[in-house]
Amino acid sequence: MAMEKMSIAKALNESLRKALDTDPKVLIMGEDVGKLGGVFRITDGLQKDFGEDRVIDTPLAESGIVGTAIGLALRGYRPVVEIQFDGFVFPAYDQIVTQLAKMHARALGKIKLPVVVRIPYGGGIGAVEHHSESPEALFAHVAGLKVVSPSNANDAYWMMQQAVQSDDPIIFFEPKRRYWDKGEVETDSIPGPLHKASVARTGTDLTLVAYGPMVKVCLEAAAAAEEEGKSIEVLDLRSMSPIDFDAIQTSVEKTGRLVVVHEAPVFYGSGAEIAARITERCFYHLEAPVLRVGGYHAPYPPARLEDEYLPGLDRVLDAVDRSLAY
Amino acid sequence: MTVESTAARKPRRSSKRTSAVKTTAKTSAKTPQSSEPELVQLLTPEGERVEHPDYSIDLTADELRGLYRDMVLTRRFDAEATALQRQGELGLWASLLGQEAAQIGSGRALRDDDYVFPTYREHGVAWCRGVDPTNLLGMFRGVNHGGWDPNSNNFHLYTIVIGSQTLHATGYAMGVAKDGADSAVIAYFGDGASSQGDVAEAFTFSAVYNAPVVFFCQNNQWAISEPTEKQTRVPLYQRAQGFGFPGVRVDGNDVLACLAVTRSALERARRGEGPTLVEAFTYRMGAHTTSDDPTKYRADEERASWEAKDPILRLRAYLEKEGAADEAFFTALDEESEALGKRVREAVRAMPDPDPIAIFDHAYADGNPLVDEERAQFAAYQASFADSAEESK
Ligand SMILES: Cc1ncc(C[n+]2csc(CCOP(=O)(O)OP(=O)(O)O)c2C)c(N)n1
Repeated sequence: MAMEKMSIAKALNESLRKALDTDPKVLIMGEDVGKLGGVFRITDGLQKDFGEDRVIDTPLAESGIVGTAIGLALRGYRPVVEIQFDGFVFPAYDQIVTQLAKMHARALGKIKLPVVVRIPYGGGIGAVEHHSESPEALFAHVAGLKVVSPSNANDAYWMMQQAVQSDDPIIFFEPKRRYWDKGEVETDSIPGPLHKASVARTGTDLTLVAYGPMVKVCLEAAAAAEEEGKSIEVLDLRSMSPIDFDAIQTSVEKTGRLVVVHEAPVFYGSGAEIAARITERCFYHLEAPVLRVGGYHAPYPPARLEDEYLPGLDRVLDAVDRSLAY
Repeated sequence: MTVESTAARKPRRSSKRTSAVKTTAKTSAKTPQSSEPELVQLLTPEGERVEHPDYSIDLTADELRGLYRDMVLTRRFDAEATALQRQGELGLWASLLGQEAAQIGSGRALRDDDYVFPTYREHGVAWCRGVDPTNLLGMFRGVNHGGWDPNSNNFHLYTIVIGSQTLHATGYAMGVAKDGADSAVIAYFGDGASSQGDVAEAFTFSAVYNAPVVFFCQNNQWAISEPTEKQTRVPLYQRAQGFGFPGVRVDGNDVLACLAVTRSALERARRGEGPTLVEAFTYRMGAHTTSDDPTKYRADEERASWEAKDPILRLRAYLEKEGAADEAFFTALDEESEALGKRVREAVRAMPDPDPIAIFDHAYADGNPLVDEERAQFAAYQASFADSAEESK
C-alpha cells in the first residue's frame, strides 16, 4: 500500500494533479491559481506542468468564474473552480443557486453539471473580514448541490478525486486553518463513498458530530474527556449535503447523547437539521436533547475575538457536560 | 452628453512618451495593453512641468509643498504600518507604496461635502479626508471591522469584497442628485475590480441616472498575481465610452495630473453632467498585502522601471528646480514624518483588544431577542471561568 504523510494542502494539490493527469477534460479555474498557485498554494505548480489552457487564471469575477464553468461543463469539460475565500463566493452565489444547482433538473436529467467549486472556509487564521466564514448551510439548503468538507489529508485527497468524478455540482469546502495539518494518505486504497460519515473515534457515552475544521477540536475534546472517564464517540460527517443520518443514528442508538459542533452560526445551521432529524429517528434512544455548539448570531468578529467566537475545547466539553448532566 | 472618451478625442501634446505609442480600442488580442499608454501628464518623471490642453493647473508654491508633504507623510505612515505588521502588531497590511500621487492628487481634489467610497488601500485618500491614520489600523490589527464613523469625514469604511463599493457610491450619488445638492461622490477601485459584475452595474446605473459620481480606478498593473491583461483587452478608461460617459487615463504617478483630472471630473459631476471614469495608471511597488509574495509572479526589473517614475521624487525634483522648497522645509518634513511614525507605532501598541462581549454589539440597530439570549449565555459562560479562577485561588 502506498502511504505518504502530507498536509491537507499538499493532498489537495496531489489530488488535483492526478485529476488533471487522468482526465484531459478536467480544468482548474480561478483567481491567482496559475503562477502563484493560489493564495494558499493549493494549485502550486499545476499551471507549470499542465499549461495555461488547463490551469486558467480568470478575471477577478466570481460570477464569471462559476458561470463560465457551467458553460464549459455543458460542453463536456469538468471544471474545478477556486473561490479565493469563503466571503467572496457571494458574487457567484446567484450562478450557483439559480443555475448550477437547478440546470440538471430543468433539463429533465439530459445534461450534467460536473463542476466542483472549491472554497477555503472557516476561521482561526487571524484574517480580516470576509476571510473566515462558514456559509455551508446556505449551500446545503439548495437542492441540486452536494456540499462536502474533508477534515484530514486522506479525505482531502480522496474526496477531491470523488468530487471531480461526480456528475453533480459539488461545493467543496476546504478547512483553511487545517491546510497545514499533516496526515497519512493512502494513495491507492480507495475509501468509502463521498457521502459516508466516518467514525473518527469510538466511544459509548456520547456522540460528537463535526466536519471540516471542527473534527480536530472534537477529537481533542474526546481525548480530554477520556481523562475524566468519559467515553466519547466522534463522527466526522464529511458531507453536509447529503448527510449520512444512518451513521449518526447508529452512533446515537449506542451512546444516547448527541452534540453537534460547527463553526457556522448555530441559528439555522446544519446542527439544527441534524438535531431535528435525529430527534425524529432516535427519540426513544436519546437521554438528553441534542445540543449544538457553534457560532453566534452576530457577524464574524474581528480577528482578536475569533478565539472567543469559534468553538474551542472548553465550549465543546461544556456541552458534553451539559448533555451528560441530563 | 458626450459619449466619447475625452482622452481619446483630444489631441495629445503633453510629453514625448505619451505620443510614442497610440493605444486604441482596436488593440489586437496579442497586445491588449500598450506599455506606454496615452495619458494625461503635467509633470514628467524627471520633474519637468508640461502643459495639457484640457487640464491646466496653477498651484502656488505653498500648495505644491502641501501635496509633497501629504505624499511623504502618507508613505511614512504606510511604511510604519508595514513594519508594524512584520513585528506582529498588525495581522495584515495592504501597502499603498507607489500609489501616493494617485491618492493624494485625487483626494485633494475633493471638497469637504463630497463623499468617498474607498476599497482597502486608500490610506492616502483617508489622510486627505482628515481621518486619523491610526483609525485605519484597527481592522488590520483585528480589533474592529472599520473603526471610524464614515459620516464624520465623508469617508466610507474600507470595503474588502472587490467592487461592491462602486454601487454604493453610485446609489449615494443618486441620492445627492435627488437632494439637489451640488456635491460629488468618488469611488475607488482597482484594475482587477473592473472585472466584477458590480462595477459594470455601477457604470450602468450611474450612466442611466446621470449620477454625480467619479469612478477612480487605480490601475496598479496587478490584481494579486494577475496582470491587467487578465482583466481586460482594452485600456480600462476606454470602457466608459460603452456605458455612455467619458473615460480618461491619467499618469497615476503625477500628483498634479491626478489633481487636475479628478477636479475636472468632480466639477463635471457637480454640473449635473454625470459620471466619469478616471484610470490612474500607476504601480503597486510592494506586495499585494503583507501575505503576498510577488517574487512568485513578477520580475524585479519591472519594479525597477517604475521606481524611475516615483511620484514623490518627481515632485521633489520639481520643487527644487522651481525653488519652491528649501532645505529647511525638507528637514522639517523629515522630523514630522518621524513624529508621525512614532505616534502611529505607539497608538497601535496601545490599542487594546476589544471586550469579547463586543461580538454581539451592533449586530442589529433595533436589537434582537436571539442576540440578547446568546449574549447572556456568553456572558454567563465567560463568568464561569472567572468563578473557577476565584475558587482555585
Ligand atoms: C469578490 C472578491 N474576490 C476576491 C477577493 C480577493 N482579493 C482581494 S484583493 C484582490 C485583488 C484586487 O486587485 P485590484 O482590484 O486590481 O486592486 P489592488 O489590490 O491591486 O489595488 C483579490 C483577488 C476579494 N477581496 N473580493
